[in-house]
Amino acid sequence: MKKWLALILLVSISILSCEKLLPPTPAEDELLDGPVLGLSGEQNLRFLEGDIAFNDEIFTPQTGLGPLFVATSCGSCHAGDGKGTPFTTLIRFGQTDSTGNYYLHLGAPQLQHRAIPGYTPEALPPNIAFSKLTPPANTGLGYLDLVSDADILAMADENDANGDGVSGVPNWIKLPGYVKPRAGAVIKNDRYIGRFGKKASAYDLLHQTASAYNQDIGITSTFEPFDTYLKQEVEPEVSNQAVLDVVFYLQTLKAPLQRNPNAPDVLAGKELFTQIKCSACHRPELKTGDSEVAALSNQTFYPYTDLLLHDMGSALDDGYTEGTAAPAEWRTPPLWGLGLSPNSQGGRFFLMHDGRAGSIEEAIFLHGGEAEGSRNLYKALQASERQKLLAFLESL
Amino acid sequence: MNKYVCAIICCFIFSAQTAITQNDSTAWLQRVAADTSKPQLNMDAVYNRPFLQAGKMPVALGGYVESKGEYLQTDGISEGWQFQMQRMTLFVSSSLHHRIKFLSELEFEEGTKEINIEFASLDFQITPLFNFRSGIVMNPIGAFNQNHDGPKWEFNDRPLSSTQLLPATFSNVGLGIWGKIARQDWVFAYEAYLTNGFDQQIIENNENKTFLPATKNNPGRFEENFNGVPLFTGKIAVRQRKWFEIGLSTMQGIYNKFEEDGLRLDKKRAVRVWAVDFNLSLPKTKTSVNGEWAWVSVDVPDTYSQQFGEQQQGGFLDVVQPVLKRKMLGFDNAVLNLACRIEYVDWNVGNFKETGINIGDHLLAIVPAVSFRPSAQTVLRLNYRRRHQTDLLGNPPALTGGFQFGVASYF
Repeated sequence: MKKWLALILLVSISILSCEKLLPPTPAEDELLDGPVLGLSGEQNLRFLEGDIAFNDEIFTPQTGLGPLFVATSCGSCHAGDGKGTPFTTLIRFGQTDSTGNYYLHLGAPQLQHRAIPGYTPEALPPNIAFSKLTPPANTGLGYLDLVSDADILAMADENDANGDGVSGVPNWIKLPGYVKPRAGAVIKNDRYIGRFGKKASAYDLLHQTASAYNQDIGITSTFEPFDTYLKQEVEPEVSNQAVLDVVFYLQTLKAPLQRNPNAPDVLAGKELFTQIKCSACHRPELKTGDSEVAALSNQTFYPYTDLLLHDMGSALDDGYTEGTAAPAEWRTPPLWGLGLSPNSQGGRFFLMHDGRAGSIEEAIFLHGGEAEGSRNLYKALQASERQKLLAFLESL
Repeated sequence: MNKYVCAIICCFIFSAQTAITQNDSTAWLQRVAADTSKPQLNMDAVYNRPFLQAGKMPVALGGYVESKGEYLQTDGISEGWQFQMQRMTLFVSSSLHHRIKFLSELEFEEGTKEINIEFASLDFQITPLFNFRSGIVMNPIGAFNQNHDGPKWEFNDRPLSSTQLLPATFSNVGLGIWGKIARQDWVFAYEAYLTNGFDQQIIENNENKTFLPATKNNPGRFEENFNGVPLFTGKIAVRQRKWFEIGLSTMQGIYNKFEEDGLRLDKKRAVRVWAVDFNLSLPKTKTSVNGEWAWVSVDVPDTYSQQFGEQQQGGFLDVVQPVLKRKMLGFDNAVLNLACRIEYVDWNVGNFKETGINIGDHLLAIVPAVSFRPSAQTVLRLNYRRRHQTDLLGNPPALTGGFQFGVASYF
């Protein structure tokens, strides 16, 4: 009897003491989610509140979903705070130039192609310009939000004064009433510099968040009180607190960490990245200004974007646009976190604005317009050099 | 509310007193032995429980309690040690006539977070092959929903396919017929009920998926059928007395509000469930194998989201091997078991329309276990749980692992 008891005890203790049976934490550089380092206890609490509102708050018809919608929660489109897939891709339509969108009465700019039971979703009007837009990653948005307008304008080169074939212009957008211009904001014809979204048509994280609640989930707020189905003002379906918590969450999500930054291939690829002038638009280094969140204040970070619009050529011209952007112009997407994209895209890549590229190399080949020179230089590289450049990009 | 509290307190006091007196052979309370003379199937589980009866009173009482402590970790993140009072269940049965019986099951889950009448029905026997049942009946889908008492199982958690795919324990108000017939070593049985059914919460819920258990959140389901269409539940089962039992069951109904005040709102949308269950005993090695697999089909509107699956499936397989049966720790006929459960649930079977890529949203778990039964009615369980859960998009799975220790016992 005693030997059996001893055996059971031994087995139990062995099992309980074996930490290998408990799944470990993935390496920090393998994750896109998580807060920036250095938040205070209060800020961590607020981050967690935002995390819940962003990832766990599932909207139902009873809590305001729709009636027309694209997704049922924020997290549905940004799994693990990473990029989305064609399943979570949204469609915007109607606007073809900087004079505005003349199809608002037909549900523009965003198509709500899903509806709660009993309702009919929107359909694209015939023969209309539209773009499919795959959700971007959320990481590091707080850093991008704190780049000064002056720094963005310093990277612009509207008339290609330096003759490198790359211009770069801001998207000048009109602000909704609830968005307050940031300190030092530059104004041009009553318009401000947008920086978020594929066309840089969102000004800041509040603008992006309130708009996404409304356009993506069909949720009204005091910021965006118009129901997308009724097209009339209705009661708020989400509290200001929840919206602001999500804004804080997005603001304080950490920047992606580069993996194996000192590996020889990665270092060589980084050299090639500059050499073939990818960095003319995908600017490696930016700086934040002052912030109430000390951890974000006056930081140097490495997003590989200039937050400006660039003509990407006819192959990427859908005919649709936003703000003052031309239809062929797209904001330079940050490349940080690029190598982790498959972790949120079901194990594969869906790159470019609509997810049409199935690999990084395919995405490079789709670059045209101002990026045509860099694309041709990439094509001219030897196979081993291409591999090094791809190793660098996958390390981001 | 107060009357419920009084009733609960009375039941508690009475239960406590019976627990004190049941070991006294001279006490007027007697343990009612399980009737083993008749063929027992999963459908007999509601009656095949230990009861205490006072003298010749027609009312018998029983119940069970189930609790656990666990330490689980998902991708390195743990909520620490958690202790849960999973459920305490009280049974009351009464034989009004030798062919008219009443049985009820009142369950308190996670403290008093959920209080449910899981079963409360009156059985009228016309012949053994034809019984009429009315009241709150347990829809006989699969085997676990009928045979779910904690002390019967070697695992601390109920099978995921029973609680996360099927809505066990699922009971509804309704009526129906059941019966069985024995021929030599074989027993054949059937059940057929019409009850209140599902509601739209199965596709409008906080789980962000088609989730049949969400219908249990409807507080009015015991007093009003959501759409007026009865849910049909039927089961046929066959048992070979020494070796095995196989059951085939189905639920068929409408889950949406298609009409209100005479106005047409939508077409009727069906929910269909099929399940096959089996259990097998190997007399030579005393090994028991128990399994269940279910398929769910829900008519989700095309204009809703593929987030909500039209097809689902899942099941579990338990293997239990007694390794020691003898007097242990002063308990005569104590048994030590090794066991293992494999379970799988796919909430969204199919491919994305946009890409043709397989939709994820599935879960695989394996649960090795050691259980100690000091008596047949009490079990102490130590489980290790390993779970791989994949999200809708098929991203790398979230890995959960950890240990659970718990007890379950009839009283």
